[in-house]
Amino acid sequence: MQTLYCFLIPIILLFICGIYCLLASFNLIRIIIGIEILIKAATLLIILCGYITGHMAAAQSIVITLIVIEVVFMIIAGGIVFWAFRHNETIDPRKLTNLKG
Amino acid sequence: MTINIMLLFGLVISGLWTVMTVRLIRAIVGLAVTSAILSVLIYRLGAPFAAVFELSVCAGLIPVIFIITVNFTERITKERLRERRKERFVKFWYLPVVIGISCLLLIKYLKIPQFSLPAPAQEQDVRNVLWNMRHLDLLGQIVVLLAGALGVAVLFKEHKK
Repeated sequence: MQTLYCFLIPIILLFICGIYCLLASFNLIRIIIGIEILIKAATLLIILCGYITGHMAAAQSIVITLIVIEVVFMIIAGGIVFWAFRHNETIDPRKLTNLKG
Repeated sequence: MTINIMLLFGLVISGLWTVMTVRLIRAIVGLAVTSAILSVLIYRLGAPFAAVFELSVCAGLIPVIFIITVNFTERITKERLRERRKERFVKFWYLPVVIGISCLLLIKYLKIPQFSLPAPAQEQDVRNVLWNMRHLDLLGQIVVLLAGALGVAVLFKEHKK
């Protein structure tokens, strides 16, 4: 139970960091960095659950799937940022108004 | 346990630095450091395969993708950097305060209810679990990779004039 307590507090703090970054940043790359930090916290939480329940093999396989999804998300997000910059000369989401109806 | 606590402290500090630093390149380096510390923690919790994936992919590949994206996008002048530093200081100076207060409140009030866990199952090999028990996950991974490749192809397609 001590392990759960020690790990849970930093996980919650990391979640706060990520959510704050998402809410306060107006730069697409920083928004992706915020999502990455949230994914890091989720990864640690999954491994912690596996450690506590004794199902570490299942937790590891879920984390491997999560990492694959993370990489694909990163590549697509990077492509979208590059596309947005090429077409709008900015990566500030407030100025990306091409799709505004 | 002491090493784990030090690593967890380092994880939070590097996450905070990643969010607060002005230059994007430094933020990316901070993210890589966060991933490296996380992979050590995962290894210490007894998950070596996930730790290797985390270290090689999240601390190695993803920062490279980030740096390429940053290089392809904006180049920042010194004046703009100064302005941005001011903007970020106004927006982010209270994040360490929020983190500190949250930490104190959590230490004081976080009560984990006592619960009994089922007896741990017989430890299985992660390769066996991944290939035999969770093979639908592998199918999902293949679909996600193909969707990613298709997405990149669509995003970088040159329009014919």
